[in-house]
Amino acid sequence: MSSPKPALHTPRRLVGLDLLISELAVLFRRRRTIAMLASIALIPILLAVAVALSSAVLEPGQGPPFLDRVTQNGLFVGFTAMVVGIPLFLPLTVGVVAGDTIAGEAAHGTLRYLLVAPAGRIRLLLVKYAGTVAWALAATTTLMLSGAVIGSILFPVGPVTLLSGDVIAVPEAVLRILLVALYVSVSLMGLSAIGLFISTLTDVPVGAMAATVVVPIVSQILDALPQLAWMHPYLLTHYWLGFSDILRNPIEWSSFGSNAVLQLAYIVIFGSLAYGRFATKSILS
Amino acid sequence: MTDLAIETHALSRRFGAQAAVAGIDLAVPRGSVFGFLGPNGSGKTTTIRMLLGLVEPTSGESLVLGESMPRGWRSVLPRVGALVEGPAFLPYLSGAANLSRFDAADRDGERRTRRDRVESALARVGLSHAAGKPVKAYSLGMKQRLGLANAMLRPRELLVLDEPTNGLDPQGTREVRNLIRSFAADGTTVFVSSHLLVEVEQLCSHAAVMSAGSIVAQGTLHDLHGADATTVVVRTPDAEAAQRVLREAGLDPTAVPLDGGDQRITAAIDQSTVDADGLVSALVAAGVRVRGFALDEPTLEDRFVALTGEGFDVVA
Repeated sequence: MSSPKPALHTPRRLVGLDLLISELAVLFRRRRTIAMLASIALIPILLAVAVALSSAVLEPGQGPPFLDRVTQNGLFVGFTAMVVGIPLFLPLTVGVVAGDTIAGEAAHGTLRYLLVAPAGRIRLLLVKYAGTVAWALAATTTLMLSGAVIGSILFPVGPVTLLSGDVIAVPEAVLRILLVALYVSVSLMGLSAIGLFISTLTDVPVGAMAATVVVPIVSQILDALPQLAWMHPYLLTHYWLGFSDILRNPIEWSSFGSNAVLQLAYIVIFGSLAYGRFATKSILS
Repeated sequence: MTDLAIETHALSRRFGAQAAVAGIDLAVPRGSVFGFLGPNGSGKTTTIRMLLGLVEPTSGESLVLGESMPRGWRSVLPRVGALVEGPAFLPYLSGAANLSRFDAADRDGERRTRRDRVESALARVGLSHAAGKPVKAYSLGMKQRLGLANAMLRPRELLVLDEPTNGLDPQGTREVRNLIRSFAADGTTVFVSSHLLVEVEQLCSHAAVMSAGSIVAQGTLHDLHGADATTVVVRTPDAEAAQRVLREAGLDPTAVPLDGGDQRITAAIDQSTVDADGLVSALVAAGVRVRGFALDEPTLEDRFVALTGEGFDVVA
């Protein structure tokens, strides 16, 4: 360095948001992420096209919830697609993103370089978790908006008749669509924390992803067994389909609240486990 | 203030029953180019990981730039550039994007100057032309150079370089050596681990040798060479006379016959008490036909093998 030597000690920042910005930029520019978003957008499109092409008229209540209403009002496509997407496809993508957080960096060997940069272990965990939450928001919003767009192309759009029988105007309906996306994103936050924890246990990202995806499947099976009714309110997936309460007037917030409290409990438990594991972990990858 | 850049006291790390590092006392003076030698599996990398806070020691302590690690990571690590066990990058990002990412990981990495610092670090390792290419298209040597660029993104007080010339072609190796020399000239302490003895001999002012988890030798390169173990070698047909002269000078010569009637006479010499230059004139004055005269210093390789044992099975 021939130029005058810069000071070796720069002022210390407390937080430093650059890592978060960089993490989000890397996540959402990644081809895998874009492919997953595209396939999520495809769910309502396939669903709407199938309904539009079929001549069969469904009796009210037949098929997945809201499916019978799709032909009358295109705005219902997103709701139906969400019912289809939440049991497996959305948690699958969350498993991929959350399972990859730490294990993926370990597998690439970049974890050691992030830590000697130094990123700080707690800060890195928080940034990685924020990335998976951002993913959940992006995924659910994409699904709902894609549903609204394809629905308004293929079917008539108009005031929406809610489950409670009330009718709301289109702008209000769009707000409800975004609220459903938020509800489902919150539903996926507990799973994100579980995935983050599992990701600190291994250097094999695929293993962490698979293990994370198994959790909501097992939870949904347990939730379906009446003999285990005492356990149901504590199951990760118990309120996952409760987003239909957003479609009542006035909005039934109790399921949103119970879900948020339950997800927060999962975040606290698995966030602490992830911290406990990662804070002192020997980085040998 | 300590004048040591790295200092460890009885630093140990066990993995299960195996002691990877068994109580080492490293002392790396500030401003030195310190060679960290040892066969594969001797505990070099575990030591480096402990110094950088990646692995917690089982016992003992380490001070890096005067502060305890891993406790002091927050203020120590921004001042340390590191290449640990090979370069590692996200393969789908470009070289420049990878460097920016690592720089952003440090809270103190200035966003304002990031682009310039990345560019100049890439230029310094000759990767400007490949800055925008994804790292998966890089050769091993290019990745190694990108790893070095990452270590020098900011002015550092200490560089910890684990096998920095691994995978480089001869030109690349020379370039890396020149880079290390230029860092040292700036006053940066450079801690280089290597098993390439030639590299250490050419670069380093100090060195430590590790074997099976312990440090078996440490000091200036001059000390490690074993300067006191120099031998004087004389080749002459007049063995008797030559040995007599050497004995008079206080040496203990032995003679071995060579092909063609000459004898090879060797004797250990302590240059601090015996004037080696005077020996030649004494030999000539005694009528000895001197056909060869040399002072043989043991190579670092000889010392290394003597200290760490022969063959592959050194971690017994």
